[in-house]
Amino acid sequence: MPAKYHIQTQPTPPRIRPEGKLGIVDWREDCSGCHNCVKKGCVYGLYRDEADALRDEVGYLDYIYQCKGCLTCVQNCTKNILTRVVNPEYERLGDNYYNPDIVLTTWFQAETGGVPVSGCGYGGPFSGEGFDSMWTDMSEIVRPTRDGIHGREYINTGVDIGRKLGRLSFEDMELRETPPPRIQSPLPLMFDNIAQHWAHVPVVSAVVKAATDLGLLALVSPDGIANLGTGANSPVVPLMDDKAAAPDGRFADSAMVVIQDSDRVAETVAAWKRENAQRIVAVRLASGKAAAARVQWLARQGVDVVNVVFDKHGRELDSAKPRHMRDAIREVHAALVKDCVRDEITVIASGGIALPEHMAKAIICGADLVTVDIPLILAMDCRLCGECERGEQCSVNLAGIDEQYAVRRLVNLMGSWHSQLLEMLGAMGIREARRLRGEVGRCMFFEDLERAAFGRIFGKRKEGRDGHQS
Amino acid sequence: MTTLAIKPVPQTAEDFTSHPDFADVSRTVRTAPPRYRNEMGKYSIHRASTCVSCGKCVDICQHGVHVRPTGYRQVIRPFDYKCIGPDCGKTGRFCITNCPQHALSLDENPVFKTLGDYRWTPDLLASNWYMAETGRQPPRHLESQVGNSGGGFDRLRFVFPDTIPSGLRREDISTELLLNKRKNDSRPKIKIDVPWYGGGMSFGSTNIRAQLGKVRAAKAWNTFSCTGEGGYPERFIPYKDYMITQVATGLFGVREETIQRARIVEFKYAQGAKPGLGGHLLGDKNTPAVAAMREAVVGTSLFSPFPFHSVYSIEDHKKHLDWIAHVNRTALLSAKVSTPNDVEMVAVGSYCAGAHIVHMDGSYGGTGAAPNIAKKNIAMPIEYAISNVHQFLVAEGVRDEITLIVSGGIRNPWDIAKAIAMGADGIVIGTAELVSLGCIRCGCCESGRGCARGICTTDPELLQLLTVEWCTQRLVNLHAAFRECLVDILYRLGLESVAALRGRTDLLMHLDYENDRGKK
Repeated sequence: MPAKYHIQTQPTPPRIRPEGKLGIVDWREDCSGCHNCVKKGCVYGLYRDEADALRDEVGYLDYIYQCKGCLTCVQNCTKNILTRVVNPEYERLGDNYYNPDIVLTTWFQAETGGVPVSGCGYGGPFSGEGFDSMWTDMSEIVRPTRDGIHGREYINTGVDIGRKLGRLSFEDMELRETPPPRIQSPLPLMFDNIAQHWAHVPVVSAVVKAATDLGLLALVSPDGIANLGTGANSPVVPLMDDKAAAPDGRFADSAMVVIQDSDRVAETVAAWKRENAQRIVAVRLASGKAAAARVQWLARQGVDVVNVVFDKHGRELDSAKPRHMRDAIREVHAALVKDCVRDEITVIASGGIALPEHMAKAIICGADLVTVDIPLILAMDCRLCGECERGEQCSVNLAGIDEQYAVRRLVNLMGSWHSQLLEMLGAMGIREARRLRGEVGRCMFFEDLERAAFGRIFGKRKEGRDGHQS
Repeated sequence: MTTLAIKPVPQTAEDFTSHPDFADVSRTVRTAPPRYRNEMGKYSIHRASTCVSCGKCVDICQHGVHVRPTGYRQVIRPFDYKCIGPDCGKTGRFCITNCPQHALSLDENPVFKTLGDYRWTPDLLASNWYMAETGRQPPRHLESQVGNSGGGFDRLRFVFPDTIPSGLRREDISTELLLNKRKNDSRPKIKIDVPWYGGGMSFGSTNIRAQLGKVRAAKAWNTFSCTGEGGYPERFIPYKDYMITQVATGLFGVREETIQRARIVEFKYAQGAKPGLGGHLLGDKNTPAVAAMREAVVGTSLFSPFPFHSVYSIEDHKKHLDWIAHVNRTALLSAKVSTPNDVEMVAVGSYCAGAHIVHMDGSYGGTGAAPNIAKKNIAMPIEYAISNVHQFLVAEGVRDEITLIVSGGIRNPWDIAKAIAMGADGIVIGTAELVSLGCIRCGCCESGRGCARGICTTDPELLQLLTVEWCTQRLVNLHAAFRECLVDILYRLGLESVAALRGRTDLLMHLDYENDRGKK
């Protein structure tokens, strides 16, 4: 058995003042200056930081970020001059998919490397769109793994990237066919190419460095690679933007390359294979109605890997009525199973992977692995304010980020994701991320549960009531 | 001159052994005001400096918002958490419009809006606090029946008939629940007076005073509380007839005598807060007392594994139950499980193994700290499981031989009634009890020294924030209010007992469905 994959995390506090959810507003003009001030009694000692910050005129008002919202000070103040408010800056974080909660929890994970934990049950909506309308299973009594992340037994989160032979055949006790090249990734994810407006040199370089430390792969555009070194062992996977991009020797020794789908994709793949036969060539295509048929065709052509791309919110790109990755990837997976080629080709899903649960759920729906993009930027303190996209100055100075700091934050984030994936796999009783692929029996879909539990009692579900919290 | 009789409040183990009468507790409702100076309500009232203390507001307010203590000249700061808001304008006793000086103003309390979440809305929290304080049904200005989660209980409604059977009286309605439904079973036919009991919260995770309050209230209402996994402190012994001993995967504090003491022994296979994951008591909470109880080393983190390492099949489960059945010849056996895909099979398997009670804990509930990813994603919400398991047990022909107890996100009496109408026999409540003790669901149970509100902590200073008496009274009141609401629902449905409500899905409707059953 190989050594356990372990990610060494270390606390990495944010480099600039982060936004917190709750803050305490203090109407000081009514303060009576009593001697039993509630600020002294804060269980978390947050006002001590406030006092230090005010006295020394240094640092940021960290307590605004750290307030746990226990209300003890608000409810005990003699003059009732404290009020708890939701930070308006918090409400502006992210967008309707990467909501403020996701941004905050990503920051927490990047800072601590730990698993976000809280008490008192779940407080969110009953269900939601996409991945929020599925639940993963757990096994009550019988299961092969034990003890989750604290366990003694081994849960393997590794996956293979590359084509596999349908079967082995022998001649004179020798393999008749050499197995195609294959890369093992210790986590079922790759770092996606960083979008143009974020792709500053230290950012890309930190992503690649973190990928190296973690043993993961990172997709990088040729422009980004120009500033980085590449070699056979490098985690960099060139992502060719141009549909007709032909090999020109620049990436001759890269172990994998991703090219765009096109009418002449078979020839392009062949050209890249000619340059380096031991290289894995992945074809990146837009999700949409025709994607499943296209992936089937690519599989028949002998393509190693397909990368199905969704928009940043996990919705189909090439469709008038876009479905979520949850449904679209299931269709792709089912089409490949029907063709009896599912085990031969690797499917990578990209877009909308915001949380570790999305990674697990995308794999359950049929992807072998996923790519992660925006959470990487969030780990580097981004607020998704969109100012850089509009050509304005970045409020968190991404361009000037310290590479070592960014690497530590990314490693922490992945450490946390790894632990959470182990929790989910452990609960499901699944010992390998590989075996999770397409395991829809290990999950429950909203519509199935509704039909079974409520449909037989209350009849037909009303049109337009998809169960999503508005 | 009146002499104040100071009744000592039992706080230590010695108090209980030296004064057995401390264990006496009644179900009488007494007002139990909240314990903070500035309590949270939906509205806030501001009294301007133009107030002349004429006392008009004190005279007209029916809700105790304005108070002038005897002997005082000035009216004290309004207890605005009791205010019912602009609706009061219709009563003619509205302080705002009646103040001769126009010194009072009413506004929505900004802090109130920051409370709660989708499942426990601010209104649900406030209505729970109202019930715990007064023992009565919540007032109308609060939406006390449903939350805002957009599914499950929050989209279910009762369909009340137009007429109520003549002769049905509220006081005749029975809320009793028989916990041992097995025929040809020699074990006692235990009945509880209300169709719910308290969930397990372990010694070590929860303030012992809150635990004592729970079990005392359970005694008052002839129902049960549960030890959770952390062992059986001696202070519970006076209430042993109302305490379930839990045997969980870590077997912390499980001894022969604690099993023999109980009338119900519960096996915890899984819990809704973290289905499929083990428990984890942080090292900070593992104080000398906790460590002694759990027979562990002080300050170390204590993990309960998942699952029982001695149970890998339903036959193993039977061996487990047989073991307890042997050690305690009179106890009922309960199996607490979570809600996986095959929960129906687990339930019927538990029945076959000899359990009297199957307790299903759904994924959205739980009180203990758990990974967020588990709370949100692992196992199905309880609403689905109740319906599926009930139907399955009926089809298997064993429904009337087993008691189906459910929990996991059941917040109020309306949820209780809906769960029973979907097919459960009874309910376990946990979070509702904590909320009545002042929990605001900030979720920081595991941070720093533990719960800042003193409920789930072992920090010696924070423990002092609660008293046993106060906890008891709040919970006694909560049970009283819950029962009053439940009886009211049963009365309006024209049912004479809660047992008659079980499985009556015909009395329910779902807002997202056509509800066209029976129409062809």
